[in-house]
Amino acid sequence: MAALNNLTEHLEAFVDVTRSPTHHAESLKAIATSLEKGVLSINQLVVEMDMYLTTTDDVVRARGSILLLAEMLDYLKSKPLDNAVVHSLIGFFTAKLAEWRSVRGALSGCLALIKRKGVAGVVTAVDAEAVAKSMAQSIQVQSLALYDRKLCFELLECLLEQYPEAMINLGDLMVYATCEAIDGEKDPPCLMIAFHVVELLARLFPSPSGPVASEASDLFEFISCYFPLHYTHTKGDEASIPREDLSRGLSLAISSTPFFEPYAIPLLLEKLSASLPVAKVDSLKCLKDCAVNYGVSRMKKHYKDLWPALKDALYASTKTDLSFGLESLTSPGFEMGEIHREAVNLLQRLVKQDISFLGLVVEDIRVNMVFDTISRYLRYEEMLDTSKLEVLVVSQILSVSARSSVESCNIIFETFFSRLMNTLGIVEKTSPGDLVHNENSTVSTRLYHGGLHLCIELLTASKDLIPSSEECTSTPESAQQSWCSIVNRFSASLIEAFTSAVQSSNDDCSADAYLGVKGLLAMGMFRGGSSPVSRSEFEKILTTLTSIIAANSAKTVKWELALKALVCMGSFIDRYSESEKAMSYMAIVVENLVSLVRSSHCSLPHPMILEATSEVCSTMPTYVEKMVEGFEEAFCSSFSDFCVSLGPMTLDRKVFTIVSVSISNKQGIESFLISNYYLENTCQVNGNFKSIENCSQLLECVTNKLLPRLTEIDGLEKSLVNFAISMWNQIESSIVFSYDFNGREFVEAAMKTMGEIVGVASVDSQNSIIQKAYNVISSSTLPAMESIPLTVAALEGLQRNLSTRDELILSLFASVIIGASPKASIPDVKSLVDLFLVSFLKGYIRAAQALGSMINKLVTGSGGTNISTDCSLEEACDIIFHESDSSKTICGSETFLGKICLGFCGSLDLQTRAITGLAWIGKGLLMRGDKRVNEIALVLMECLKSTNSSGNALHPSAMKHAADAFLTLMSDSEVCLNRKFHAVIRPLYKQRFFSITVPILESLIVNSQTPLSRTMLHVALAHVVSNVPVTVILDNTKKLLSVILEGLSVLSVDSVHKETLFSLLLVLSGTLTDIKGQQSVSDNAHRIIECLVKLTSYPHLMVVRETAIQCLATLLELPHGRIYPFRREVLQAVTKALDDPKRRVREEAIKCRQAWTSISSRSTPF
Amino acid sequence: MVSGLINENPTVYERKERRVRTDSTNTDEFSVEPIDQLEIFDHIRDIRDPEHPYSLEQLKVLTEDSVEVDDHKSYVRVTFTPTVEHCSMATIIGLSVRVKLMRSLPPRYKIDIRVAPGSHATEAALNKQLNDKERVAAALENPNLVEMVDECLSPSFE
Repeated sequence: MAALNNLTEHLEAFVDVTRSPTHHAESLKAIATSLEKGVLSINQLVVEMDMYLTTTDDVVRARGSILLLAEMLDYLKSKPLDNAVVHSLIGFFTAKLAEWRSVRGALSGCLALIKRKGVAGVVTAVDAEAVAKSMAQSIQVQSLALYDRKLCFELLECLLEQYPEAMINLGDLMVYATCEAIDGEKDPPCLMIAFHVVELLARLFPSPSGPVASEASDLFEFISCYFPLHYTHTKGDEASIPREDLSRGLSLAISSTPFFEPYAIPLLLEKLSASLPVAKVDSLKCLKDCAVNYGVSRMKKHYKDLWPALKDALYASTKTDLSFGLESLTSPGFEMGEIHREAVNLLQRLVKQDISFLGLVVEDIRVNMVFDTISRYLRYEEMLDTSKLEVLVVSQILSVSARSSVESCNIIFETFFSRLMNTLGIVEKTSPGDLVHNENSTVSTRLYHGGLHLCIELLTASKDLIPSSEECTSTPESAQQSWCSIVNRFSASLIEAFTSAVQSSNDDCSADAYLGVKGLLAMGMFRGGSSPVSRSEFEKILTTLTSIIAANSAKTVKWELALKALVCMGSFIDRYSESEKAMSYMAIVVENLVSLVRSSHCSLPHPMILEATSEVCSTMPTYVEKMVEGFEEAFCSSFSDFCVSLGPMTLDRKVFTIVSVSISNKQGIESFLISNYYLENTCQVNGNFKSIENCSQLLECVTNKLLPRLTEIDGLEKSLVNFAISMWNQIESSIVFSYDFNGREFVEAAMKTMGEIVGVASVDSQNSIIQKAYNVISSSTLPAMESIPLTVAALEGLQRNLSTRDELILSLFASVIIGASPKASIPDVKSLVDLFLVSFLKGYIRAAQALGSMINKLVTGSGGTNISTDCSLEEACDIIFHESDSSKTICGSETFLGKICLGFCGSLDLQTRAITGLAWIGKGLLMRGDKRVNEIALVLMECLKSTNSSGNALHPSAMKHAADAFLTLMSDSEVCLNRKFHAVIRPLYKQRFFSITVPILESLIVNSQTPLSRTMLHVALAHVVSNVPVTVILDNTKKLLSVILEGLSVLSVDSVHKETLFSLLLVLSGTLTDIKGQQSVSDNAHRIIECLVKLTSYPHLMVVRETAIQCLATLLELPHGRIYPFRREVLQAVTKALDDPKRRVREEAIKCRQAWTSISSRSTPF
Repeated sequence: MVSGLINENPTVYERKERRVRTDSTNTDEFSVEPIDQLEIFDHIRDIRDPEHPYSLEQLKVLTEDSVEVDDHKSYVRVTFTPTVEHCSMATIIGLSVRVKLMRSLPPRYKIDIRVAPGSHATEAALNKQLNDKERVAAALENPNLVEMVDECLSPSFE
């Protein structure tokens, strides 16, 4: 009973018009839920609503009862209802359709019931018929409101879709009702449905004696008045249907039944001749739909009118500027407007559907005239615009017709191709295999641009018609493919003609080269065994293009065109897996180019060969393999050009024995290193700068061109790993290097390539590279370094630098370690740690980075049981921080490294190197979230104090390095310890470091004794603050603001710190606008403004001035009372900035000045 | 007082494309970019006409060539051409250009505003009025005038 009580309440609420729509929706929902749950049955509801359903108050009856019931049914779409209930309800609604006051409720009720799906209880066909009848007889659609009209159309649509048999019974009535409903409709959503209704009707009554056929003229009249669609109100109606959709709907309606044909085609042709572009596009689209649906026999009557109209449309929509650029090599070469595109589609459709349409094309006088036009001009740019238009349009018409079907292609080729060849002076082969090849015949070839263009268009069109190899076997080659044999007869001469076009071209005119290359490309793209171009001819095309690439010494248009054509052909071969052509391609193009790379002595500049090779070869995996092999060889030969290569078995063994003998005492090593050094300098090496340059370029090509495409090309990874290993092999076998000139560049390139290859390789491949590299390194003199005792005296004593070979090996090895993933196994970690440690103390930063990476990725001692490394993180740290006496691991200032950093022992050089190295190690630890980094940070901060604990003053340079160490620690590095190189990165590590270091740095700043130390502390703090995510700063604005401001003023003293100053200023500008920082910014407004005003005249960096002025402008968002007092001060500073040497600063100053002036009264208008 | 517009149907010309400075590649921190003709024209081209919703550039009251500038001598002269000879709005236009330049140029500049010779009925008087410090200052004391000028200038600050 409670449910019923509530029900009355809800009913009251829904019926009451004065309540808000949300109220209505709520009560509706409440009733619907109780119905759905079964608390209430439909019968009960109806009984309860009795009063509302029968009241004499129209509003209450319409709204309360009928609409409520209808909406309720909409809610209960999937709830099964008894058939009897459905029957009585539909009867009720059908009756109510006649009553105009309640028509909305009745319509939605009918619609909801008609839409019901099978299981939930459906309306019977008889009832549906009754609904349709009642609707047709009693509803005047156009007199209803928009929403009701839409309901009507939806109801019609639904009836036609769901009860086709019942509707067929009604016959004429439905057609009349539709006609009447549509007449005068102007609203897009309604029209959209109305068009669909017409389509459905046409489908229901296909018979020529049916109601649609007899009413076609009326029905068409009602829909055709909308064509072409034009929206009068375009704006402000977002929910409405886009024009394209509606126009598509209209087009479908017009083309829905062949009975419309006598009316539709003349109308469409008339609209096509209109000047309105939209009308043209729409008519072309619609004509295409009609052609599909009306059938050939009906369309045939209109061909005579259709063809000229279509031709005119094509002429009117073609522009005459043909592009001879690189980008149009694989496209038509001119702009295609929408009209043009639709016209082309229609033409293709018509020809495909009925070959007799082609007769009109073939016999057309304008089409036939084009051959005269062609032979009148040699060059395209000499042609008159009208002639250009003729050529372009006719080529388009012919190629589109040819593309439509094999049959049409045959006709076109039979009719025109020989004529075209005659005009161009291209002769045919007399007998297969033997062509007329006397010198005269080639000379007489006339390379008319227009003709070449037409010819290329035809060839390109025909190539799509060759069936793929599977289809080919099923349909035996017959006369059907007569175009093929025509092309075949001319192919040799055609290729010759195109070749001569390319060769005769010069740099001023790219048209010759373009047409030639495009022609060759078209000839080379016929696929399958039935191709009209034989294999030898195909190879000839490849040879020509390759020779163009090899012959040019500068990057000309011709060169680029040829390269692009080759790449196109390569990917074409790969796409259709043409094994035979792939072999030719490999033999001619790939091998030639690769051998060019290898030879390194040719007219073509090395970077161009590399570009060509990498572009061409990346089209297929096998080529890539070949190319990387070639690169390997090229690398080896260039490499051996600038270094003395001795068999690894001869000298290396000797050297190794020397090392092992002399390893016992330091003196020995020393003398060995000296002897090595002398050997290097005195040895006569034919150091070849060119080849070292080639080597670097080759490596750059690998890094920049190949590595980024790793995921696209299968098998590339394997080849690159081999490449890396052969790099090591090559280094292993060469003992002395002579480079000093371009050497740095080469080493950089080699390091980059090596690191990246290792970075992308799989763990197994990484292991093999690491193993190889380790073998090389252990056979070099480097292991000697490992055993150098870590004492200051020993390190200082080691005066001599590494030999260039060792330096290369060390750098490359470091790169390998940097790129290795944590899962890769590194042999002999302990001695490697030693090696890197000594080398970074000798000044090799790469070694420090490698050490950092290693520390970052090593497993911890306790957890790592499954990994085969022989050294845990703890052990490595032990070695690095070198403590023997204490049992617990510390890495603070007590350690050897810490002592060097703090300047207790060793030279200044050693100190700065130690600091830099410590920073990288610290970075490795920091990123993995290891606690030891705290102690490192303490050491580094200790270095920033003016004196160390023993009272000695620290050198400024050491302090500077220590300050920069914070940048190393906090910033994201490009060269190591990033995601690309598999670094272990704990989330929020920057935040953690920030919260540890900032308080200490702040207190140090307060207690700093000398200005220098103070500055350096500020630099360090700026590095930390500016690299931490901005949200952290915003959380701490209150604390940080004053120290940031102080930092800004301290750093602005010296121009050295300009970059740091700028990043700190950016941090400040970030805090100014944020809501979190607002309060503290407002409190500190005076200091901020003072600081920014000073920075507006900062002389060393423009962006600083610009940003400072922008910040001043944003400060205006603060409360008026806070900033008003500073108006004069700011305006003064900004006025001065109006005279800034840089324009951007002046612009900002004007804006800022205007903003600040406007907060004051009118007293100062300028 | 005429109730209608002074020039009811002015010819509207196309706005010229904003020339993008090509020397943005100039990365030298300390090179000086002097104030030039285009920069000054950029300041004043968007000032709106007092009686039409068009900019002075669109009405060809101002062109780039109407600006003469010498950065070393701190001198700028703007010559504007009123659309009709008897235009009483010429003073407002001149005043707006002057105020805009005073707000945008460093104080060292001497600004000279002129009506193009032969383009206005009371040319001499107008020139005198626009370049008389006292009269300009006095005009800007007038709240109605200042409001009008600010209205004209508002699009040029966007």
